[in-house]
Amino acid sequence: METAIVVEGLRKVYGEVVAVDGISFEVRRGEIFGMVGPNGAGKTTTIECIEGLRRPDGGTVTTLGLDPQRDGYELRERIGVQLQESALPNRIKVWEAVDMFASFYRRSVEWEPLLERLGLAEKRNTDFAKLSGGQKQRLFIALALINDPELVFLDELTTGLDPQARRAMWQLVFDIREQGKTVFLTTHFMEEAERLCDRVAIVDDGRIVALDSPEKLVRSLGAEKRVLFTVERAFDEAALRAVPGVTKVERNGERITVYGTGDRLVGGVVNALETGGVPFRDLRTEQPTLEDVFLALTGKQIRG
Amino acid sequence: MRGLRKLTWVEAKLFLREPAAAFFTLLFPLVMLFIFGSIYGNEPTDYFDGHGAVDVSVPAYIAMIIATVGLLSITINIAVYRENGILRRYRATPLRPQAILAASVLVNLVMTFLGGLLLILAARAVYGLHFEGNAVGVLLAFLLSALSFFALGFVIASVSPTARVAQVLGMVLFYPMLFLSGATIPWQELPEWLRRFSEFLPLTHVVTLLQGLWFGEPFGDHLKEVAVLLGVLVVGVLITVETFRWE
Repeated sequence: METAIVVEGLRKVYGEVVAVDGISFEVRRGEIFGMVGPNGAGKTTTIECIEGLRRPDGGTVTTLGLDPQRDGYELRERIGVQLQESALPNRIKVWEAVDMFASFYRRSVEWEPLLERLGLAEKRNTDFAKLSGGQKQRLFIALALINDPELVFLDELTTGLDPQARRAMWQLVFDIREQGKTVFLTTHFMEEAERLCDRVAIVDDGRIVALDSPEKLVRSLGAEKRVLFTVERAFDEAALRAVPGVTKVERNGERITVYGTGDRLVGGVVNALETGGVPFRDLRTEQPTLEDVFLALTGKQIRG
Repeated sequence: MRGLRKLTWVEAKLFLREPAAAFFTLLFPLVMLFIFGSIYGNEPTDYFDGHGAVDVSVPAYIAMIIATVGLLSITINIAVYRENGILRRYRATPLRPQAILAASVLVNLVMTFLGGLLLILAARAVYGLHFEGNAVGVLLAFLLSALSFFALGFVIASVSPTARVAQVLGMVLFYPMLFLSGATIPWQELPEWLRRFSEFLPLTHVVTLLQGLWFGEPFGDHLKEVAVLLGVLVVGVLITVETFRWE
């Protein structure tokens, strides 16, 4: 089977609010698939319909060839779930939690090596309530992996974590894929989606506005690169405008920003400066990111 | 099945790690026993129809334990599990909801039973507790009473929007029952009008049933109590099934 998840025309309404408005997509086996978008875009509702924790109001969902509503228990044997909001009893110890969750499944992996891999081995006798945010998150990942699932759901995995813990999480996600599992994640951090995902669905107001690999999404935008540098004296900006690919030159005191497209933009700019004998420093370039794609597609600025 | 077994075992450990729950279920009844036992002793008196104060108090305190576990422990536990998202996490596994409820009932039943057993053993060792009934009958009455109060606890947890509300509701039901049902203050002490009011408290029927069977009265004399408690149990289960929420 090539596809892990097939969603067609998924719809979910809460009272008057349309949370998910006719979403369709497929997730391939073995890929890291991401759903990005602002809070309230419908990501968690979508993921929970795919997991079988919520009943869709319209459309069809097939997860690992099963109907999540009809075959919910069978499906949960084969998936691993990290929920956006959940907890464990305060006084349960780390080892008790993994040991107990292992017993909920027909098939499970040894929990000692799992705790070791997630850096929780030393915390095995610690109460859940005494774990840090990052440790709790790693424990929830351990619980999501305890049944050796084919498909792992990670909902807002790194929200509330410091940058260092976030990077460690990313490595874990790559490790999960290394083991041949499919990963479905949601995030509202564009950078996270760009780093982690093979393919990304950008959602806004319950709809998918774009779906492709992060590179292709960025390229399809045709967005301009920016070359920024500082000059020490006045010079004729016309020389820069003449460089092939340059569309605009902005000057803000000593800071110059050159906008343009094409792979040879930076070379052309540097060349023009050297030819004109203009001393410059602090030259750097800025590439368009998923953030720019989101902004271009929705007209909204996403907030991290 | 393996899941239910592990869950029950872990829940039992968690119960004992929760100082308040463990204290009020297992130790507080002993404190009551020793305080009132040392004041009144256990000499048979006409006031208690020829029974001793401890003989009368032990089945009443067992009723108190049942109410504590049903209205406070279970209620708060289930409501907190729901509010914190613990039930949500369980639900994302193949574990059946029946297993979660069964584990909760099982653990709380065992703890209630242990609380009663400790009380009986202590009363027997220190005050020469008398038992004139049929142990199987008392055990059945205990089971019925406990299950019907657990059902009440589940109802409160299910209908309360938050854990805080569940806790308050549980207490609002618990305290009047504790003092007016005969569980702590002998009903002989209550004025007539209060006694009539206490007829409406389910715990009054637990106390009457347990005390009656304790002194050898047949079940036949207590059909009213059995009917009331069975009614609470059935209605409670139905309401819980209708209103239970995972989140």
